[in-house]
Amino acid sequence: MRLAIADSERCVGCQSCMFACSRRQGEAGLAASCIGVRSIGGMERGFTVVVCRACDNPPCVAVCPTDALKRRKGRGIALDAARCIGCGHCRDACILGAVFWDDEINKPMICVHCGYCVQFCPHGVLEFVKRGTIGNATG
Amino acid sequence: MLPDDPLANVLHIDLTGKAYWMEKRQDLFEACIGGAGVAIRLLNEECPAGCDALGRENPIILAIGPLTGLFPLASKTVAMFKSPHTGNLGESHCGGRSATAIRMAGCGAIVIKGASHFPIYLAIHDGKVYFRDASSLWGMESSFTVGRIIRENEPGAGIRTIMRIGRGGEQLVSYACVTAESYRHFGRLGLGAVFGSKKLKGVVISGRRSLPVSNKKEYRHLYEEVYRKAVESLVMRKYHDLGTAENVLVLNSMGGLPTRNLQEARFEEAAGISGEAFAEQFLGRRLACSHCPVACIHIAALREPYEDESYFYKTSMISYDYEPIYALGSMLGISDARGFLKLMDEVEKLGIDAISTGVILAWATEAMKRGIVSASEASGVKLNWGDHHGYMDAARLIVEQPNEFYRALARGVEYASSTYGGEDYALALGANEMPGYHTGPAAHAGVLIGARHSHLDNAGYSIDQKDTGARRPGAEELARNLLEEERWRQILSSLVVCFFARGIYGPETVSKALRLAGLDLATEDLRRIGKDIHRDKCRFKTREGFSLRELRIPRRILETETPLGQCSESAMREVLEHAERIIEKEEAEAH
Ligand code: SF4
Ligand code: SF4
Repeated sequence: MRLAIADSERCVGCQSCMFACSRRQGEAGLAASCIGVRSIGGMERGFTVVVCRACDNPPCVAVCPTDALKRRKGRGIALDAARCIGCGHCRDACILGAVFWDDEINKPMICVHCGYCVQFCPHGVLEFVKRGTIGNATG
Repeated sequence: MLPDDPLANVLHIDLTGKAYWMEKRQDLFEACIGGAGVAIRLLNEECPAGCDALGRENPIILAIGPLTGLFPLASKTVAMFKSPHTGNLGESHCGGRSATAIRMAGCGAIVIKGASHFPIYLAIHDGKVYFRDASSLWGMESSFTVGRIIRENEPGAGIRTIMRIGRGGEQLVSYACVTAESYRHFGRLGLGAVFGSKKLKGVVISGRRSLPVSNKKEYRHLYEEVYRKAVESLVMRKYHDLGTAENVLVLNSMGGLPTRNLQEARFEEAAGISGEAFAEQFLGRRLACSHCPVACIHIAALREPYEDESYFYKTSMISYDYEPIYALGSMLGISDARGFLKLMDEVEKLGIDAISTGVILAWATEAMKRGIVSASEASGVKLNWGDHHGYMDAARLIVEQPNEFYRALARGVEYASSTYGGEDYALALGANEMPGYHTGPAAHAGVLIGARHSHLDNAGYSIDQKDTGARRPGAEELARNLLEEERWRQILSSLVVCFFARGIYGPETVSKALRLAGLDLATEDLRRIGKDIHRDKCRFKTREGFSLRELRIPRRILETETPLGQCSESAMREVLEHAERIIEKEEAEAH
């Protein structure tokens, strides 16, 4: 299963998903969130949801010089924090902007496709689907 | 409170010296929670008695609460300042991303003092303050453009708030607003003019951080409970569906919708500007404040052809709510939804409060019809019920202020009528233009008693609407009920919980949520603190010369029938006297 964007046009910009992702990791606030929502040049034009889309050949994995990032079976990317040197190549390689950064420990944060945030999207923007289902990259 | 909670940080910014510093004020947040409670304390500390509201010594206080960033719907920022509009307590609340952004930037309150000698805007990122030259933004026609430019120049996309003023604030219109995220406002009582007087064009705030909670497991549990209630409960349905605009037909059918300067309380063409009509023909998008699943913000898409070239269109996105529909719609006899939207858009661009603007234009229309204002005084602008063109011109002239008449309109209806006459139909209560509820005596008494002369202070209109005539509350009971509601609302606005969510945040839930934020307050403590905050506000008002006894009650309010019949002046005065006595008695007990 993986997280997918069903329809970003329905997004109201409430950030509930962002807060949910942080909470899933035992944090309140936004620092730990692996999903982001921002307006497309002004809220009147709607929003785009930025999150890892579990690519088949993830560029972030390809550029990591220390093999700290691995594709997980079934869903997303796993970080081996002990190998990560915080060089930021993965962040630069993701053109979706879906590699978030933990400034405190200077390491990447990437969605693990747990689906928790889906339960908190009140307007049907996010969905949790079978791998292989075609979804929007970022909405 | 929790020792590592950044809420205790008060960020002080001195615009004169272009300096800033953080101060730990745990004491404040522990004693009065946040939001309104903290803001009134800071205002009492920072605002010298009798100061000029447009002078550099008038501080701007912004405060948020302990639940912001932790729980849904704690999404308001409370601003306090001395109001240039009433010359007394200025308090207004704004949603958008403002509250979450302040919390994530690492503080609980911001105090802005002094004045810059050239236009600037403030960029506050992660608790650091940058003073940016805003000379190229000053004088710009549309506040939307100002927002766009700041957006393109600053980091923090998706997690920032962009507050800014329009020309109205620059020109010190006493009811100029501050706009955040294009569609939310510190609308009432003239914060925009205070910004303008300081040459402060805008404030952008962003940050990203984790917040401490006392028990992670319970936190998740209570969060889910509050979230589910917000999403599922019927309480919120109204704001989901048609938004606050639903009220148009409701108030109209009961005969409480102020129309054509409240000459009537029913608008025969209300259907044209009803929530239903907007939803069917114009609703183009729904938006939410930060951390609010409800998304009550309704945006209309207005498509207009260009006159000079065929097959050229522009589509404007314009937000609508009940209050602006009343003030810029029924109050001006406008039933054409497109006309209303154009006027609304103009008022947004200018950055002036929609309610005050509508009520002032309604007075001006009647004043012209009665011949106390001449066409030449109005610079040739013709004000006619239902004609949005004239009103758009007049709104622009209020901001430009080419002559005495428009300078008077730029100071509000209380002032304009004191100069030109027509007080009987100058619809201000406590010098603030009236909200859109002519539901009965409780609505108007509530606004008069309310510390910020807003219908939201104590919701008198809802007391009227519950009145079945079976047992009408006496003057003393009414005063008590209004004050009791107002005190509880001090708690909500100290938590900065959106009033639309008041049904979800009852005393028990509040107490539980606060415990997770490290504040141990039982429901009795909350009631006591609510009283204290209200008393602090009353003290400020008295210090600045306010007296319930001296309030003016416009005749028009008494003459036009409400759904509960005509209001009598003596009955209203009796309510005010009781309220005064209750406040004085409690003040004496507090000493
Ligand atoms: S699926 Fe899980 S990890 Fe990914 S954004 Fe949602 S909550 Fe965060
Ligand atoms: S929870 Fe849904 S509607 Fe809200 S910001 Fe996230 S994707 Fe958008």
